[in-house]
Amino acid sequence: MIKPLIIDIAKSLLLARWRQTLVAAVGVTFGITMFITLLGFMNGLNDLLDGLILNRTAHIRLFNEIKPSTIQPIDLALRNDIHFINSIKPNGHGQEIDNNLAIIASLKKDSRVMGVTPKVTAQVFYNVGKVDITGVINGIDVEAENKLFHFQEYVSHGNYIDLKNIPNSIILGKAAADKMLANIGDMIQVTSPNGERQTLKVVGFFQSGLQELDKVQSYASLATTQKILGKSNSFITDIGVKLFDISKAPAMAKEFLKIYETDAEDIQTANAQFETGSNVRSIISYAVGVTLLIVAGFGIYNILNMMIYEKMDSIAILKATGFSGQDVKRIFITIALSIGLFGGLLGLVFGFLTSLAVDQIPFNTAALPTIKTFPVNYNPKFYIIGITFSLITTYFAGWLPARKASQIDPVDIIRGK
Amino acid sequence: MSKIILEAKDIEKSFHDPITIPILKKISFSINKGDFVSVIGKSGCGKSTLLYILSTMDTDYEGQLYIDQELMTGKKEKELARVRNEKIGFVFQFHYLLNEFSVLKNVMLPAIKLAKYSIQEIEHRAYEKLKILDIEKEALKKPNQLSGGQKQRVAIARALINDPFIIMGDEPTGNLDKKNSDIVFDIFTNLAETFKQTLLIVTHDNEFASKTQRIIEMSDGRILS
Repeated sequence: MIKPLIIDIAKSLLLARWRQTLVAAVGVTFGITMFITLLGFMNGLNDLLDGLILNRTAHIRLFNEIKPSTIQPIDLALRNDIHFINSIKPNGHGQEIDNNLAIIASLKKDSRVMGVTPKVTAQVFYNVGKVDITGVINGIDVEAENKLFHFQEYVSHGNYIDLKNIPNSIILGKAAADKMLANIGDMIQVTSPNGERQTLKVVGFFQSGLQELDKVQSYASLATTQKILGKSNSFITDIGVKLFDISKAPAMAKEFLKIYETDAEDIQTANAQFETGSNVRSIISYAVGVTLLIVAGFGIYNILNMMIYEKMDSIAILKATGFSGQDVKRIFITIALSIGLFGGLLGLVFGFLTSLAVDQIPFNTAALPTIKTFPVNYNPKFYIIGITFSLITTYFAGWLPARKASQIDPVDIIRGK
Repeated sequence: MSKIILEAKDIEKSFHDPITIPILKKISFSINKGDFVSVIGKSGCGKSTLLYILSTMDTDYEGQLYIDQELMTGKKEKELARVRNEKIGFVFQFHYLLNEFSVLKNVMLPAIKLAKYSIQEIEHRAYEKLKILDIEKEALKKPNQLSGGQKQRVAIARALINDPFIIMGDEPTGNLDKKNSDIVFDIFTNLAETFKQTLLIVTHDNEFASKTQRIIEMSDGRILS
C-alpha cells in the first residue's frame, strides 16, 4: 500500500518538473552512452591486440633449448672431487624433442588440453639470384594449426589448405615475398643449414601484423620442412599446447617440464607486457566513464535540491498529515533512482547504437589484413556494470537532498505563511 | 463525564535565540470528546505555538501531552507521524493542497498512507467526505482550478478522511472572506453537532469564537479562562 503511494507521489513530482528531469536524465544517458561505447571499443581493441599474440601463440610451448647438459659425465664419476673443465659445449643432439610421438599422445589424453600441434623450425636462406636472405620456415600440421591458432586468418593471399595439398609448397611472409619479388605460383629456392637446396612453390602470403616477423617467417607443411632439414618424419622441435583455461598455463608448464624433461614456456611469461597494456586501457575507460557519471550525479543533486525548495509546502503538508521523515526521504530517493534507471537504460540503448556505429567505421591497416572496421566488444558485462554505476551514482546524488527534505520541519513552513 | 481526548500537563516552551524568552508558561487543560473549542488571544500570545505542540509536530517543549490517554511526549518522529496520520486532522490558514494531484486524490492521500482500507474503499469514503462539504462535483479537478473557499473545504475533507479523534485548525478562516468564513464555520458546527467531531480551532476572530461551545483565552503564554 505504502510503496505504490510513494512511487505515485515521486512520479507526480517528477512529471511536474519534467523538463528539469529530462535534463538530469540526459546527463545520465550521456554518461552511460560514453561509458558503454568507450568500454566496448577499448575492449574490442584489447581483444584484437591480445588476439595478435594470444590466439596465435601456444599457451604452453615445449621445446629443447640448445645448451650444455647441466650434469656432465665427470660429475657422476667424481662426485666429491673438484674438477676443472672449461668451454663445455652442447652436443650435437640439437633441438629435437625425444620421444615426441609419446608426448603428443599423452598430451592429447589430458582433459585440460584443447589441442596439440607439432612443429619443426628450420633456419634457412631464401636464394634470390645472387643474394641470400635469412629466414625461418615453420613446418606445421596445417589443419591442427588452423583449428587451434586461426592460421587461416593471417593468410592474406592464397588458400592456406594448399600448403597441405600441394607438395613442396610454402606460404611466405608478405614482407619477405615483397623483398624476393615472388608471386603466388612462383618457385623459390631455399638452402638449409646443411647446404641442401630445395625448390618450393609459393601458394600464399601471410601477414601477422608484425612487420618484422613477416620479413623472416614463412610456413610449410611438416613433411616439407623435415625434408629441407634432411630429417626423418619423427623429427619435431616444438610442441604447441592450447589449453581450455589459459590461466592454468604457468602451473601446467612447470608440470610438463618435469614429466617430459623438455623446456616448457607458458604464454604469460612469454608475453607479460600484453596483459599490462590491456589492463591500462581498461582502467582508462572505466575512469572516463565514472567521471562522466559523477558529473551527471551533480546535475541530479542540483535538480533535486531545487525541487525540494519548490515543493517545501507539499513536503510540509505530507509530514503534517502523517508521512514520516523516512517516507519523504524515500520519495526523493525514488525520484533520483528513477532518473538513474531511465537515464541509464536509455544510455545502454544509445551506447549499444553508438557501438554499432563505431563498428561500421572503416579501419584498414596493412598490418591487420582481416580487420576491416574498428573492433568493438559487446560483452553484456559492460552493460550490467553501466546500469549498476548509474543507479549507484544517482542514489548518492539523491541521498543528500532526500535527507534534507526529510528533515524539513513542517511547523517552520506552515507558521511562515 | 465524557472521555478525555487530549490533555496537556504543565506545558512550557521558550525560544532561546538570541536570549531565552518564555512563550508558554505551565499550560494545563484537557479537551473532551465532542468538544468544539476555540483558542483566542492577541497576536504573539502563544496560541499557535501551543497548537503545534498539541499537534505533535513541535516536540521541543517541557511538560506532558496525552492524546487519547496516551503519552506523546518523547515518542519517536515516526510514531508521531503515525499518530498525526490516524488521530489528528489539520486545517491551516493556507490550504496546502498538492497541485499535482486531483482534489479527490488530495483527500485520499492520508488514508492511502494509513492503509486501513482498500483503494476502492478509500475513494468511496473520500467522495462521502466531499459530499458532506458539498464539493463532490469538483472531485476530479485540480486544486488550482478551485476558488479559495472551495480549496479550504477540500482541505477540511482531507482532515476528515481518517475519521480523526480531533481536528485542529490554525486560523482556518484567516484567508477567507465573510461569506466563506461563515460557510466554514457552519461546516465545523455541523461536524460537531451531527458527527460529534472534536474540534480545536485557533483564531483571532472573536465573533467566530463566540459561537463555539468553549473558549480558551490566552494571554502572554498563560490560559486566562
